[in-house]
Amino acid sequence: MNNLIKINNLSFNRNGRAIFQDVDMTVMRGKITAIMGPSGTGKTTLLKLIGGQIAPNKGEIIIDGQNVPRLNRSELYTLRKRMGMLFQSGGLFTHLNVFDNVAFPLREHTKLSEKMIRTLVLIKLQMVGLRGARDLMPSELSGGMSRRVALARAIALDPELIMYDEPLSGQDPIAMGILLKLIRTLNDALEMTTIMVSHDVKETLSIADFTYVISGGRVIGQGTPAEVQANPSEQLHQFIQGLPDGPMPFHFPADNIEDDLLQGMTG
Amino acid sequence: MIDAVTNLGRYFIEVLRQYGKAGILLFRVILTAPNFRKGFPLLIQQIYAEGVLSFIIIVMSGLFIGMVVALQGYHTLVKFGASAELGPLVALSVVRELGPVVTAILFAGRAGSALTAEIGLMKATEQLSSMEMMAVDPLKRIISPRLWAGFISMPLLTLIFDTVAIYGAYLVGVKWLGLDAGAFWSNMQSSVDFNADILNGIYKSIVFGLVVAWIALHQGYDAEPTSAGIALATTRTVVYSSLAVLGLDFVLTAMMIGGW
Amino acid sequence: MLSQRTIETVVGCFLLIAIAAFIILAFKVSGLTSFFKADGYSITADFDDIGQLKIRAPVKMGGVSIGEVSQIILDPKTYRAEVTLRINAVDANIPDDSSASILTAGLLGDNYIAITPMYSQTYLKQGSQITETHSAMILEKLIGQFLFKIGNMGNEQSNQSNQSNEEAKPQ
Repeated sequence: MNNLIKINNLSFNRNGRAIFQDVDMTVMRGKITAIMGPSGTGKTTLLKLIGGQIAPNKGEIIIDGQNVPRLNRSELYTLRKRMGMLFQSGGLFTHLNVFDNVAFPLREHTKLSEKMIRTLVLIKLQMVGLRGARDLMPSELSGGMSRRVALARAIALDPELIMYDEPLSGQDPIAMGILLKLIRTLNDALEMTTIMVSHDVKETLSIADFTYVISGGRVIGQGTPAEVQANPSEQLHQFIQGLPDGPMPFHFPADNIEDDLLQGMTG
Repeated sequence: MIDAVTNLGRYFIEVLRQYGKAGILLFRVILTAPNFRKGFPLLIQQIYAEGVLSFIIIVMSGLFIGMVVALQGYHTLVKFGASAELGPLVALSVVRELGPVVTAILFAGRAGSALTAEIGLMKATEQLSSMEMMAVDPLKRIISPRLWAGFISMPLLTLIFDTVAIYGAYLVGVKWLGLDAGAFWSNMQSSVDFNADILNGIYKSIVFGLVVAWIALHQGYDAEPTSAGIALATTRTVVYSSLAVLGLDFVLTAMMIGGW
Repeated sequence: MLSQRTIETVVGCFLLIAIAAFIILAFKVSGLTSFFKADGYSITADFDDIGQLKIRAPVKMGGVSIGEVSQIILDPKTYRAEVTLRINAVDANIPDDSSASILTAGLLGDNYIAITPMYSQTYLKQGSQITETHSAMILEKLIGQFLFKIGNMGNEQSNQSNQSNEEAKPQ
């Protein structure tokens, strides 16, 4: 069983709009799977579906043999202890300092002594290079640092699966480099499975083992980074190269411009 | 025309959905078994945030309301030569009505709005989602201690408000207007009943505490996770809780007088 | 951010203040003498008319409060009001031939029960009944009687020579 996650025929609607239509995906154990796509294609929604925070309209999401949408609350919570998720904004608890943030899942789910927890937290913070920042409050951290703290918190329980929601957006090149390196090292060193959602094409392709590109609720391309880059599909080409116009139009759907402008003159 | 009816129907369904969501929230919080070892420190923190931090505003308002009721009451009663009845007048109006109601409205403004903003912000910054993904139920960890803290803090604040208001009336009536202190207290004691007046006032405040905390938490939990959404939710908390308190006050008073 | 210890201490103070407020409200404001029934005993008295007498009205002997009204019910057979008096002071021994009357404190004040002691050497105890009672003065009845008397006096003067007033006299 080499696949950790298998998604079959997934459909999801929000407010009557289809976000996903019959999406199939597999995530291989121990690899970094990148999910890319333009903004607003529901990449974050996909992670929430995998985490069981929202339920799909159709289809199944099978993680290690368990169908997530069918699980009851306690089964879901047991499964979630094996997952870590890094949210776009970090999601650090603002009333706790860095140390307590990382210690939070340990204190909630283990009965370890404070001494043990201290050791574990410091190890995790050392991994992300922020052992010295343990007494700072989240408001005192830069964007990149708070993401690293959130990463330390997400791996506190040594999960099998870690999901990153836009880990690179809004980061300066140095912070981006650090995060990419961390994602790769953590995946290899802790033998985790990684799902990474991003729209930073170049950086993501540089570390991913397998890539899915979704647009308009469907998978429009998949394969290793090299395969995706070599794919002749016009849509994929536009996205990978970052071209302003193409199958994905530059203009938001609107009336004919001449009519629209003239209407303003006469009215 | 059809559109208007459709919209009205949609609006009512939306309102019903809101009630349903709020009901489910309350239901789940009340039904989750409390974890005393972890929950108790959290509860204490929330009693601090909701009760202790509202202390000053409650004491100040209580003092002024007691003083003003005494002053107004005195000038009316003195026309009938019944100024000795000032004690009962103030004590009954404060203990039965003003205490629970004014405390609840101040509590909604001070603690309720803060709760909504806090929960809304936690939602907007994905703190609640990440808690859920860490397999920690935010209802248990965040909502439940806040609800119980409101339930506990409100009666305590009401007791303090009542006492301070009666002391304020004593200051005005006895120290300033020169009523006889003995008559002030003994008339008060002979007309205030412990069960019918003081305990009923406390029962009211317990209900108000639960309702205000519930509205505040639901509004926060259900807020649109944007700054405009949180601002709207905070306003709603104050408006809805004040209305709920005044409406419930009427119902509870009718029940208590009717002897249900 | 305050430490958990400080928060606990402050919350403790808050709780103490609230408990103190509760005690003040209970004892100083509502005049609760005890949460439990004090030592003492209950006696009953039947009245024709209790006027505005209410539960918790004081029971006084020689002007000193010795207890309170604990229950008022209507006797279904005699149609009289049966009032239960709770006498709190244990040492207030009431001679068994004493009488109870319902009086009004001042012109507009509340009603209370005054017990007038007599000379018997045996005393009332738990469950005893006071037989000698005087009903409340009802202001309307008094005024009615008063007007009736004045009317009669007028009649007397005008009809003095004609007839005797014996049969028109009230009672």
